[in-house]
Amino acid sequence: MSYRYLPMTVEDKKEMLSFLGIEDVNQLFADIPERIRFKGKLNIPEALSEPEVVRYFSTLAEKNVNSNTHAYFLGAGIYDHYIPSTVDHVTRRSEFYTAYTPYQPEISQGELQAIFEFQTMICELTGMEVANSSMYDGPTALAEAGNLAVGGAKGKKVLVSKAVHPEARSILKVTGKGQGYDVVEIDVTDGVTNLQALEKAVDEQTAAVIVQYPNFFGAIEDLAAIEKIAHKHKGMFIVSSNPLSLGILQPPGAFGADIVVGDAQPFGIPMQLGGPTCGYFAVREKLMRKIPGRIVGQTTDQEGRRGFVLTLQAREQHIRREKATSNICSNQALMALAASVAMSALGKRGVQEMALLNVQKTQYAIKAISKLQGYEIPFAIPVFNEFVVKVPGKVGDLNRALIGQKIVGGYDLGRDYPELEGHMLIAVTEIRTKEEIDSLVQGLEAYARG
Amino acid sequence: MHVDKNQEKALIFEMSKPGRVAYSLPDCDVPEIDVTSIFPQQFIRQEPAELPEVSELQLMRHYTELSTRNHGVDSGFYPLGSCTMKYNPKINEDVARYAGFAKIHPYQSEETIQGALEVLHRLQEELAEITGMDEVSLQPAAGAQGEWTSLMMIRAYHESRGENRTKVIVPDTAHGTNPASAAVAGLETITIGSDENGQVNIEELRKAVGPDTAALMLTNPNTLGLFEEQIEEIAQVVHDAGGLLYYDGANANAILGITRPGDMGFDVVHLNLHKTFTGPHGGGGPGSGPIGCKKELVPFLPRPQIVKEGDQYRFDFDIPQSIGRVKAYYGNFGINLRAFTYIRTMGPEGLLRVSEEAVLNANYMMRKLAPYYDLPYDRFCKHEFVLSGRRQKKQGVRTLDIAKRLLDFGYHPPTIYFPLIVEECMMIEPTETESKETLDEFIEIMIQIAREAEDNPTIVQEAPHRTVVNRLDEVKAARKPVLRFKKNG
Repeated sequence: MSYRYLPMTVEDKKEMLSFLGIEDVNQLFADIPERIRFKGKLNIPEALSEPEVVRYFSTLAEKNVNSNTHAYFLGAGIYDHYIPSTVDHVTRRSEFYTAYTPYQPEISQGELQAIFEFQTMICELTGMEVANSSMYDGPTALAEAGNLAVGGAKGKKVLVSKAVHPEARSILKVTGKGQGYDVVEIDVTDGVTNLQALEKAVDEQTAAVIVQYPNFFGAIEDLAAIEKIAHKHKGMFIVSSNPLSLGILQPPGAFGADIVVGDAQPFGIPMQLGGPTCGYFAVREKLMRKIPGRIVGQTTDQEGRRGFVLTLQAREQHIRREKATSNICSNQALMALAASVAMSALGKRGVQEMALLNVQKTQYAIKAISKLQGYEIPFAIPVFNEFVVKVPGKVGDLNRALIGQKIVGGYDLGRDYPELEGHMLIAVTEIRTKEEIDSLVQGLEAYARG
Repeated sequence: MHVDKNQEKALIFEMSKPGRVAYSLPDCDVPEIDVTSIFPQQFIRQEPAELPEVSELQLMRHYTELSTRNHGVDSGFYPLGSCTMKYNPKINEDVARYAGFAKIHPYQSEETIQGALEVLHRLQEELAEITGMDEVSLQPAAGAQGEWTSLMMIRAYHESRGENRTKVIVPDTAHGTNPASAAVAGLETITIGSDENGQVNIEELRKAVGPDTAALMLTNPNTLGLFEEQIEEIAQVVHDAGGLLYYDGANANAILGITRPGDMGFDVVHLNLHKTFTGPHGGGGPGSGPIGCKKELVPFLPRPQIVKEGDQYRFDFDIPQSIGRVKAYYGNFGINLRAFTYIRTMGPEGLLRVSEEAVLNANYMMRKLAPYYDLPYDRFCKHEFVLSGRRQKKQGVRTLDIAKRLLDFGYHPPTIYFPLIVEECMMIEPTETESKETLDEFIEIMIQIAREAEDNPTIVQEAPHRTVVNRLDEVKAARKPVLRFKKNG
């Protein structure tokens, strides 16, 4: 069988083997002890031709309910948003996606400049001074923020609000175990961090206080009040933030955050079962030399032309090796490019407009659902594009009923919060139409009636 | 389109003009509420973020021009050692964009994503077969995360047996991520030397192991491109001391269908799907770094695993001893899907040919270049090999200069100055997807540069001559960091 990715002809092979003075390619593997040579054929399916691959994967793809045919009211960290067509046209340019880390700046100015622009956009949105070139995702970026805070602190305790994404908290705990610090969770009351509980927990051993804004329940946390508590004992104030919400919300940087992290998925990145997305990591200038991951800086060449390079590499794993505080190497550069294109396409005005549309549609949905018999909006709090609803019966049953109406319902909060059994987290983005929201409301109503 | 490549390229912010847009959102179709009635004043943004204001065509020209200032595998040969810069199949890109894969949410109910779960479950099983492991987790986002995840599992394994083992042994040829991952997992690194054949120094290993040994991390073939011939003995030494063996899969492109980490004696392995399994590399990522392990370590795998029951696939969160979660959702699904597409395309015989031809290409190049550059380890290599530029250094031409000179001929240079134990090192990995003509052309240019180093060193020392910028001042970049654009300076 011939393989289209393998250009070596029989003739080529013969020539190369004869140049090497051997007869069989197996002689090149003679240094592998016979006992550990793999005998026989790998037990995986036989190769498919290109048309067969298309058929095979089309069939598998068709088994998945997707946002082309269904209206999604599911968020909880991954959202169905407007993606400008330009995004895919740029990220499909193979000069970008078939390159690796820009180690050779002279032939990587495109990627380096695109990252420099990404760093700038993240700083602008978050109100911070320095941003890196990306992290795996928002939740792992949050865990790395914990490491950074503990690294320079005398205390070995990180306080994290229970209104932070449950998966981010799980990752933080595993990371904290590795680095030898304790992760203490702070209770939530009525959908926001309980500030009395936080005040009580914070002490001289506290290296950082972590909250999410908007939080996992969609709500605005009182960053001004939390900042005072976080800084009382010189701990760091870390905020995880949906960058789209910052089109309309005052950014964490304006409230004195030391580190702002989050996921740029709302900007141009398809949901694709939750990955790859694009974590971002932004800090105050004083933390510039402690930030994990790659950073691009501006400089000049020998003739004075502006150019860009990977910089401050003394921070990174390949230099620090066993002294490293972060091991990130490959990042999510292509997703950062996608986010940059989306942020550029939306621009100064579009980001505000899109954020505002999320708020308006969400308010419309809240109002309509609050009038329904059997449903309740338990928390009277300002939200961005998500809110909590108490539903009659089980969230899973309700969602099964909604699927039949081409609606993907909200997130089952009972998965992570036993006290919120029977509560659903509903997300309404800018691309949900009034008609779709109305049919969600009708679906809920019909379900409650039985 | 004519692009004057000697002009500086404007930043997108510098092209911005108030009033221009490159987006189109529908009008608000629900009653509009004044935001001040929703959010307290202090939470409403005061100063808008200074994002660019450009038209759609300006945006496309900007990024198109940036792409012309970038070198990818599709642009030209990219023999960057240990990175496996092979061709990235286009069908993979198409499949990853099918709505049924791209437009699905991680929290949809399992019965609505059976197709996606089938992909993941089959990939878990097939990677287990390829590596000779019992189970695979697809959660880690990249190789380094796979290393750290595995080390956390190794910690949990030893702890579950009531043992306090804190030392990780790595050879001096190891990737930088190995010791860094150990540090982040709260483990200490012991570095051991290599012998004169570029292999793990077994005597040093024997001295290093003990009751505190958690694991040995090894790349095989190692970063010199050499197979660790004494791997069975190495495994024996580590296992006898009660430690585990970790396989860094960065170099797995040499061994598909030829030998398996599980059969070599390794207990845990990571693979870089963006390398061996055509990821692609994305300009630095996203990658995917699945891990596989032997049955002793299965109880500690990250949560959740994807399991099959009857003809249904589901997530299994019920892993009581699991180290927990290392990445949100289920890993980089889009990259895992591309890798699975590649495995479907190649089949078992195709994968075997991948490794055979990658290794043949590397040996051919090595032997062709050996007369012109120092070959520190003169034996058959695997998928990559190292040369030393010490001969050229005596002529005043450093390996960095040789790398920069290659840029003038449209090549991405090899990995340089790594592994650290080879002076003026060049690590060359041609991959199997390059034609003999490409290899021959590259060889010719390398020979030409070796001659230039003797006859006209200046042309090499001052390279590159044909790129959009020449050598950049990295010292200035680090001393006076400019890490973002600022309006008005």
